[in-house]
Amino acid sequence: MNTRKIEILVGLFVAFGVAAFAVLALKVANSGISGSGETYTLNAKFENIGSLKTRAPIKVGGVVVGRVDGISIHPQEFVPVVAMSIDADYECQFSDTTSVSILTSGVLGEQYLGISPVIASESAKQTCLGNEVTDTSSDLDDLFGVQSKALKDGDLVTDTKSALVLEELIGQFLFNQGSE
Amino acid sequence: MIDFFQSIGHNVLSRFASLGRATRMLLGALISVPDFRKGPGLLIRQLYMVGHQSLLIIMVSGLFIGMVLALQGYTVLVGYGAEDSLGPLVALSLLRELGPVVTALLFAGRAGSALTAEIGLMKATEQLSSLEMMAIDPLRRIISPRFWAGFISMPLLALIFSAVAIIGAHLVGVDWLGVDSGSFWSIMQSQVSFEKDILNGMIKSFVFALVVTWIALYKGYDCVPTSEGISKATTETVVHSSLAVLGFDFLLTAVMFSG
Repeated sequence: MNTRKIEILVGLFVAFGVAAFAVLALKVANSGISGSGETYTLNAKFENIGSLKTRAPIKVGGVVVGRVDGISIHPQEFVPVVAMSIDADYECQFSDTTSVSILTSGVLGEQYLGISPVIASESAKQTCLGNEVTDTSSDLDDLFGVQSKALKDGDLVTDTKSALVLEELIGQFLFNQGSE
Repeated sequence: MIDFFQSIGHNVLSRFASLGRATRMLLGALISVPDFRKGPGLLIRQLYMVGHQSLLIIMVSGLFIGMVLALQGYTVLVGYGAEDSLGPLVALSLLRELGPVVTALLFAGRAGSALTAEIGLMKATEQLSSLEMMAIDPLRRIISPRFWAGFISMPLLALIFSAVAIIGAHLVGVDWLGVDSGSFWSIMQSQVSFEKDILNGMIKSFVFALVVTWIALYKGYDCVPTSEGISKATTETVVHSSLAVLGFDFLLTAVMFSG
């Protein structure tokens, strides 16, 4: 067999291998490409995180906006603190009254974080982005004398709902039954 | 009694001596990169023998393993109403384990045994010594191109194996059993991570490539130059490299995926 034919066949073989790699990287896996966007970090304290894992999705109304970056224990209060890395497009969009809850997808599904967003007022957005606030007359918040802020990198979300733990639910149910 | 201790000592020493010879051969093959001034012809020819000619068996077994995985996985998952998870089940088991391991086992049987037999016969017919007589280093001329060909082709073969197997699983799962095509791919994409699964799988297959090619070349290079010796060396190649692949697979899995 002459050299040219061998070289063509080897070229085909290598091209085939590279194509398989491309298929696996692009079609089968995700985070190599899409997960590298700009993000910002929010923290949230929970009483109990259930079986939440790092890399669990963070969803707003079912749409993934970020991933859980890390889970640690608060050094003084001994409650879990979840670091959430969220798409930078949403920085300064959520008000600090936004609540975060740990939810479960499906019966056997894994747990994820659901954000119920409260949209930050225009003046809070501008303050958060570092701009001068010029016109505050249109803000509803000021009518009630409440100053809400927009969430930016490193902020702590205070309004959180913990995971439902089956044993606690059963315990509560039995306790209620007993007191009747 | 003394004979008993002597036999232990003899065994241990000869094991270490053969390990030393194998390491010297590997280092020799690694240092003497194939001579590119004479063109990459030697390496290309070996890539053809080792890589391209293993393509068919790898693709056919990949296709069937993918189809069987999909069939078996479906019958279990459908009981929980979780047949949509067929995609990640197939993709993760292929990329993490079956792709690298089954490719390495097939490669040991298909290409490793051929390498051993070829080099063993070269030794038996004194071709290797004649090369040395002509001041051509057999490590450089014979061993090194074969080593690099194995090291390059096996990861490529493992990737092809996984890709073909996933296509096979799609064929059975989606086209035959009726899993939704959209959820097959999208759940697979959300579960499979590029760094953790695909790259770790590739690291595995590079390690297996090193181990299998090394064992195959050493067994041929070090065989007893008789027809019986060659047959023994070929058998040992397949047995030892299969066992080494499975052992290393456990170690690598423990390091990569247990944490």
